[in-house]
Amino acid sequence: MSKFQGLDTYRRRDTYELLPFKFDRLEDDDYLITNMTGEHLVVPMPELHDLLAKKLAQDNPLYASLRAKHFIRYADEQAPLDLLALKLRTRLARLTGFTSLHIFVVTLRCDHSCPYCQVSRRMDGESSFDMTPDMANKALDFVFRSPNPAIKIEFQGGEPLLNFEMVRYVVETAKQRNLKERRDLEFVIATTLSLLTDEVLAFCHKHDVILSTSLDGPADLHNANRPRVGRDSFERFETGLSKARNVLGVDKVSALMTTTDKSLPRVREIIDEYVRLGFNGIFLRALSPYGFAMKTRRFMTYDTERWLEFYKEGLAYILELNKAGIPFVEHYASLILKKMLTSNDPGYVDLMNPAGTGIAAIVFNYDGSVYASDESRMLAEMGDQSFRLGNILTDSYKDIILSDALLDALEQSFTLSAPMCADCAFEPYCGAEPVFHHAMFKDVVGRKAESSFCRRNISIFKHLIGLMQSDASTRRLFIQWANSC
Amino acid sequence: MLKLAGKVRRIQLTEVQDRPLLLQVSTNPVLPKVMRATRAFLMSDGELPEGYQHYLIPASLEWRAGELEGKSSFTLLPDDYDYLGNEDIIRLDGQAIRVLFRANSGHNSLLVTEQCNHYCLMCSQPPKKVDDSWILNELEALIPLIPRDTPEVGFSGGEPTLAKDRFINLIRMMKSYLPRTVVHVLSNGRAFADEHFSQQYAELDHPDIMVGIPLYSDDPSLHDYIVQAPGAFQETVQGILNLKRLGQKVEIRIVLHKQSISRLPQLCEYIARNLLFVDHVTLMGLEMIGFTRANLEELWIDPVDYRDILSEAVAILAAYRMNVSVYNHPLCIVNNDVLPYYRKSISDWKNEYVPECEGCVRKSECGGFFSSGVRNGYSRAIMPFLK
Repeated sequence: MSKFQGLDTYRRRDTYELLPFKFDRLEDDDYLITNMTGEHLVVPMPELHDLLAKKLAQDNPLYASLRAKHFIRYADEQAPLDLLALKLRTRLARLTGFTSLHIFVVTLRCDHSCPYCQVSRRMDGESSFDMTPDMANKALDFVFRSPNPAIKIEFQGGEPLLNFEMVRYVVETAKQRNLKERRDLEFVIATTLSLLTDEVLAFCHKHDVILSTSLDGPADLHNANRPRVGRDSFERFETGLSKARNVLGVDKVSALMTTTDKSLPRVREIIDEYVRLGFNGIFLRALSPYGFAMKTRRFMTYDTERWLEFYKEGLAYILELNKAGIPFVEHYASLILKKMLTSNDPGYVDLMNPAGTGIAAIVFNYDGSVYASDESRMLAEMGDQSFRLGNILTDSYKDIILSDALLDALEQSFTLSAPMCADCAFEPYCGAEPVFHHAMFKDVVGRKAESSFCRRNISIFKHLIGLMQSDASTRRLFIQWANSC
Repeated sequence: MLKLAGKVRRIQLTEVQDRPLLLQVSTNPVLPKVMRATRAFLMSDGELPEGYQHYLIPASLEWRAGELEGKSSFTLLPDDYDYLGNEDIIRLDGQAIRVLFRANSGHNSLLVTEQCNHYCLMCSQPPKKVDDSWILNELEALIPLIPRDTPEVGFSGGEPTLAKDRFINLIRMMKSYLPRTVVHVLSNGRAFADEHFSQQYAELDHPDIMVGIPLYSDDPSLHDYIVQAPGAFQETVQGILNLKRLGQKVEIRIVLHKQSISRLPQLCEYIARNLLFVDHVTLMGLEMIGFTRANLEELWIDPVDYRDILSEAVAILAAYRMNVSVYNHPLCIVNNDVLPYYRKSISDWKNEYVPECEGCVRKSECGGFFSSGVRNGYSRAIMPFLK
């Protein structure tokens, strides 16, 4: 007799326990199961029945994967619990840092007059739409009250370069204060680059300021989306981009696109434009329902389904590019894939739970108002002050952070308890979005069955999982995407 | 392959020796006299210095033995020990010689015990259930003799941590006597599941030590089967977690064979998802030695048949930004995408080539073969890279 025992000897004789997980139908007989740490498996219905009845055979290949991914365990096994706890702590680790992103709306003035603009536009000359130094000082007091060791200050507008003096003031003052505070301080200017000067670039270079800019696609589309006097938005962007890259470095300039109804038939051209200009990815964004977009009802001109077609077509094209050896990612997919394929959370405000509003990001408006998010101030520009947390000149940090407007929104939208979210198998990949749902339903929870947020995201989640299931090479690419952000 | 232990041809002792002799080898004829008293002089063509505790006579210089006859202790070495050099450390015990430390080698590995709580299907050093604490005595005597500028020393077994407190003491001694020497411990990690033990280990605060721990499958039953020990997977994983929680360096070592290959990509994803914080993951070829030969049917898979799985495994770990290395694979049977992670690693005394390698122009980059592979079987697909 051999002194070695067969595999059978090491199989369990007792019955496994179920660890917490949720499931939902993908299509036909295939079900997705997920746990709180984002582990997932696709399980056909008969196996799902066996799994739940605790009679799945040990020689079924799914059995080993279920055990390895911590869907089941045996009563004497401690490692699965330790690992689940560790992974959950890792995913939520960001919470202990509290607010990192602080948005300074230094002016509402803008040299563009985009019809979809998410905040009301004003002409270039009216300085009453500028942030004052007093507000900036108070806002910086607030910034350094955040316990987060990593602080990001982002300048938005309008066009922040129209009040560059305030940008300069905030950067220099923040850096001065940081000599004592010693935070990891990062600055971003969200700008169209149309007003970029050598002086601004020299300043950005000196202070390590990153530029976040906008590119909507080929010149005609970009200019149609972004009208300005002279109809030269795209030309100014392209000139500014190469100047900025020369001075700051290619990694210091990123671009965001805005999707309009004009974009929908042109996703490949839009992606090609990003590729031509040397970007290594694109964020295929949905049009948000705020600002002028909502007033003009433009967001209604195409529905979520049409946008999903646009998104999926774009994703397919990007995968083609990848397979042709061109490294290029779709950033929204990368954020979701990070939640699906790693134990980390990318910290993307729209896909966080508890919601990112106020605690991941906070906005200081040009008039001293403090908002829970960029979307909250857009809503306010439309006359809905629900997420105005206070005023930086008159309210304390405590008043603002502990305001009912914020705490109620966070608590009520919490996805592990919100109706329909709590049971949703996609919950680990999704987020609480109280502001969106309030805008749509006048209620931070909303009706999920009718929510275009749910419709859009669940469709993307299913699509990404489907792509990984059907093609091993796509799954390998996605593992790289997941680790790119 | 170098022969590290065997019988000497003749030994002459001037004093009765009731315990094994540990000796530092010297080739320096002008060493101060005070240092000669504890060293063995390795004879060469030159003049014979006086006053060494012992003399080692290579086979080719046997005719010079007469110069020492009746005067000094000496040992007549067989041919196999031509490689001995300055600052090597040997043990003489009756007619037996063992080379314990080779100053010129970057691969000194010290066996702590032959006992083990695993009984791995592919064990290259089959464990023995005997009291071998004499080895620990010897190591405790050896460590102070090791040259201070030694870059790296490994500890292996058996399972070194079975020595418990005396294992901890060995590491403490390494830190005390050889603080600049990197230490690498091969352990199955299970002892570290005990928080007290891992705490003791961490508190030593050794400046540069890593524990290499094998993990063969994400499926606990399969891992337990491969190591022939029920419950091993749970303890090993908890050991890794404890070590990392205490800020200790850990390497995960995966030997590739038919069993571990069956779920290798899943294992890599498991590691990336659960143990992302380990310092190194190594994917290693199978040594055709020890228990492997008894379990060949369960273990053997031609590396050329798993080359794509190996590529996938490396790609997964690299995508998660893990530090990954591929060891013990001939260069001609791995895909090109593995090359950035390919290391030439087989201990020098184990590394050889086979007749198919004749004319290969990339031997110098190649990890080559374990001697055991050369003797007992290797891939059917070995092909020389020709000019």
